[in-house]
Amino acid sequence: MTQEDILARLQTVMDPEIPVLSVVRMGIIHEVRVQGDEVEIDMVPTFAGCPAIAVMRQDIERVCYEAGAGTVRVNVLYRKSWSTNQITPEGKHTLKTFGISPPPEIGPELTPEDLVQAQCPRCDSYNTRLMNSFGPTACRAIHHCDDCHETFEQMKPL
Amino acid sequence: MHIPALKDLLYRLADDKLIIGHRNSEWIGLGPILEEDIAFASMAQDEVGHAYVYYQLLHELGEAEPDTIAFARTAEAFRCCHLVEYPIGDYAFSLVRHFLFDMADKVRLAALSESAYAPLAELARKLAREEKYHQMHARTFMRQLGQAGHEANARMQAALDEVYPVAFSLFEPTVHTDTLVRDGIQPDEDTLMKTWRQEVEPYLRSCNLLVPDPGDITLHFGGRGGHHTEHLPPLLLEMTEVFALDPQAKW
Repeated sequence: MTQEDILARLQTVMDPEIPVLSVVRMGIIHEVRVQGDEVEIDMVPTFAGCPAIAVMRQDIERVCYEAGAGTVRVNVLYRKSWSTNQITPEGKHTLKTFGISPPPEIGPELTPEDLVQAQCPRCDSYNTRLMNSFGPTACRAIHHCDDCHETFEQMKPL
Repeated sequence: MHIPALKDLLYRLADDKLIIGHRNSEWIGLGPILEEDIAFASMAQDEVGHAYVYYQLLHELGEAEPDTIAFARTAEAFRCCHLVEYPIGDYAFSLVRHFLFDMADKVRLAALSESAYAPLAELARKLAREEKYHQMHARTFMRQLGQAGHEANARMQAALDEVYPVAFSLFEPTVHTDTLVRDGIQPDEDTLMKTWRQEVEPYLRSCNLLVPDPGDITLHFGGRGGHHTEHLPPLLLEMTEVFALDPQAKW
C-alpha cells in the first residue's frame, strides 16, 4: 500500500453537500503518510462550522480500511486556514458542471469585490447579482444572472 | 504564558459565540423574508462552529470535551457578555446586535491574529476570513434600512438606542486582562473598544442613524465574571434540553 493508493481511494470520498467533489479536489487533504499498513492523514476543515467534516472523516477512514490499512488516523487540523484557491482546476470544472459557480481566485485578503462577483455557470456571463451571501450550506451563496436569468449557487470565495 | 488568564479569554470568546449563535438560530422559521431566515441560520452555524473550535483549544489546555463544556455548565460558569444574552426581540433589534457584535468580532480577531499565543493567532486568522461574510451582511442591511423611509429608520434608531449601551458589555475587563496584555495575548479591552467605536460610529452615521450616548457602560458589566441577565438561564435550559436527557449518549 502506497501514498498513491490512498490518494486514489480518497478521490472517491465526496463532500456530502456537493456529492461530485472529492476531498482531494477540494484541497482539504493536507498530507498522507503511509508506513507499512499504517495510514495517517491530515485534513483541513473548510468553514470551521462545516457539519460535513465529521462525515468526510468517517468516509476517509472507511476507504483506507477497505484499501487494506491496519490502522488509520485522521487528524483534523482545525486551526489551519483553508482557501478556495486550494480547490484543484478539475474540482472547479466539476463544480461548474454540477451547476455551482466555482469560486474565483483571490488574493491573500478577501476584498468586498471578491464577495459579490460570480460567473454564471450556465452562460458564463459576469452580468450577475449577489442575491444572498448565505445559501443552502455555509460555503454557498445565491446569485442571479441578468443575461440568461438563471438563479444559481456559487461556492463562496474564502 | 499564564494559563488561567488564557483560559479566561478563551471562555469569553467561545461563550459569546455559542450564545449569539443560539440566538441567531432562533430566527429559523421567523425571518421577515426567506433570505434573512437563511442568513441568520447560516450565521448561527458559523458562530456555533467558532465556539466549537475555541472549546477545542480549551480542551487542549486540559478542559473538558467541547460538548461537555457547551452543555454541562450552569449559567454562573459562562463568561459571555450581556449583549448576546438578550432575546431576539424584533428584526431591528437582532440586526443591530448582529452589526455591533460582528464589528467587535472583526476588531478582536484582527488583534488576536497577532497574539503571542500562536494557536490562537492561527485560529483567529482563519475565523477572520469567514467573518467577512457576516460583516457584509450586517453592513448591507443596516444601510438599506437606516437610509430607508420613516418607519424603517425609526425602528432601526429605536433598536440602536436600546442595544448600543449594552454592546459595551463586550469590552468588560476581567481580573486577567492586565496579564493577557502583559503577555502579548491580546490588547486591553479599552483599546479594543476604542477601535470598535472608530469603526462603528461613522458607519452608523452613514446609515442616517444617530449614535446614542452609551451612558454608564459598567451597568452592563458582570457577564465576564459569571453574573448574567435573567435571560441566560432559560436559554441554557432550552439549549441543553436534549443533551440533558442522556449526557453520556454517543451521537
